[in-house]
Amino acid sequence: MAKFQISPKLQMSRRKFLTASSLGLSGIALSGCDAFDSGLGIGGGLRSFLENANGLTWRAQRLLAGRDALAPEFTEADIRQPQRPNGVTAPDDDTYKGLLANNFADWRLEVSGLVEKPLSLTREQLQNMPSRTQITRHDCVEGWSCIAKWTGTPLSLVLDQAVVKPQARYVMFHCLDTIEQSLSGDIKYYGTIDLIDARHPQTILAYGLNGKPLPVENGAPLRVRVERQLGYKMPKYLSKIELVDGFANVGGGRGGYWEDNGYDWYGGI
Amino acid sequence: MDTVANNRSASEAAGKDTTLIYRQSRWTRLTHWIWAFSLFFMLLSGLQIFNARPQLYIGKQSGFEFNNTILQIGAENTANGPRGFTEIFGHRFDTTGVLGWSGPPGQETPRAFPSWATIPSYYDLGTARVVHFFFAWILTTTLLVWLVAGLINGHIRRDLAPRVSDLRKLPRDIVDHAKLKFHHTREYNTLQKMAYGGVLFVALPLMIVTGLAMSPSMDSVLPWLNEILGGRQTARTIHFTVMVLLVLFFVVHILMILAAGPINELRSIITGWYRTDPPEKPDQPTERSA
Repeated sequence: MAKFQISPKLQMSRRKFLTASSLGLSGIALSGCDAFDSGLGIGGGLRSFLENANGLTWRAQRLLAGRDALAPEFTEADIRQPQRPNGVTAPDDDTYKGLLANNFADWRLEVSGLVEKPLSLTREQLQNMPSRTQITRHDCVEGWSCIAKWTGTPLSLVLDQAVVKPQARYVMFHCLDTIEQSLSGDIKYYGTIDLIDARHPQTILAYGLNGKPLPVENGAPLRVRVERQLGYKMPKYLSKIELVDGFANVGGGRGGYWEDNGYDWYGGI
Repeated sequence: MDTVANNRSASEAAGKDTTLIYRQSRWTRLTHWIWAFSLFFMLLSGLQIFNARPQLYIGKQSGFEFNNTILQIGAENTANGPRGFTEIFGHRFDTTGVLGWSGPPGQETPRAFPSWATIPSYYDLGTARVVHFFFAWILTTTLLVWLVAGLINGHIRRDLAPRVSDLRKLPRDIVDHAKLKFHHTREYNTLQKMAYGGVLFVALPLMIVTGLAMSPSMDSVLPWLNEILGGRQTARTIHFTVMVLLVLFFVVHILMILAAGPINELRSIITGWYRTDPPEKPDQPTERSA
């Protein structure tokens, strides 16, 4: 951009320039160049325009999949390797390390926000609730897949116990692991899903992996499985579930840590 | 449908007996350019997405504890410094500067496809996905519009549907193409029909289908899709392979246009009007080259 000298009379807003230039045939000439890159930043006009397609994808897939269409489940023979750990695999947070040292005896899952009855559940209480075991394929946004067997408490049961208020629209997950150290302090992983996915039969709070307790690298003591979406929608090291009515108080306002860094809120594709 | 305009003045001046015909309908021309534009962005954003995991696997999942990798692009440290490599079916090639390790001299970085081939130029998976899925909708919608228009206006039946005579003409057609001898007629030749039909009825639908098969949400709607394709990672590998075929098609397409007469070919896909060869005279059986 800096290379172009545009006289003040001809100057138009960067947004208009980028939209016009990239949507015109000249977009081909701009490939990979700084001008095109800068229009794609989060909040940029061009990017916001292109992101409309994500909303379309979300609505189309919701229409087709409905509430209860199940993700494919596999057989024991398809479990050919340990679940590949990804992202944070050994939280360095003192709180987490303290809980781990005590084998999570002092760990609690808080359920708060727009609920009638806030909860504080121990691991034993969760494990004493009805469980679901499923062999599913974990699809990472990067492109790889890994099949594993997950055991956990259906999230819908926990939500029923807490009694969700009618104005609640999303379930926000608060995690114990620091994903980023910023100038304003440590950022712990966070994310949201809507109540349709939260109440999906395969959406579980998993404490077991491949027949054993969930290991630290895969999110001990508790992680979410949202089987119709990509891996970044399934936070690990859960500590709190908060029912919210919007993203205004969720990190940067786009609904999750990776969403605030440019991923789509809907990770179904 | 066929509008014929005698354009004697120009052709007589050139000493040729040629005719301008209206060859490409507005639907063909419009959809052609939307595809060209969309595929450009889909390719560059797709290469960026691939860079996030520059490996291709066969099967339902990616082998981390077992080997089902058929293609890998990466960088490694050697005695001569970092080198880029590409490994296909176990055969390793040094691709430093383009694949695996590239960038301005002194500022090379490990990246599968080089900066000039990706959108954005820097590593940004999230943005590439935004661009990719936007143009996926454009491309798919355009393909459906083309299909409906082509069925209604007869383009598909008249110009693309294979006929027995096409098979008969095929050997001669291959020889003519090899000799860069082109006939400018209203009809597509056999190789053209195969190329265009292959892209529109096989390659692009396969791209859409394998793209959908990679979506975990679509897998809940169409669970049989990955079973037919051989698993999600095979679907991803097919998606990549068809991309390579589409790039090859593009290269050949451009070469053929240049060889057959770029001005005439471009005019027909922009304005619809195409200058055809004069009709063959019975006493001159030899065909004229382009």
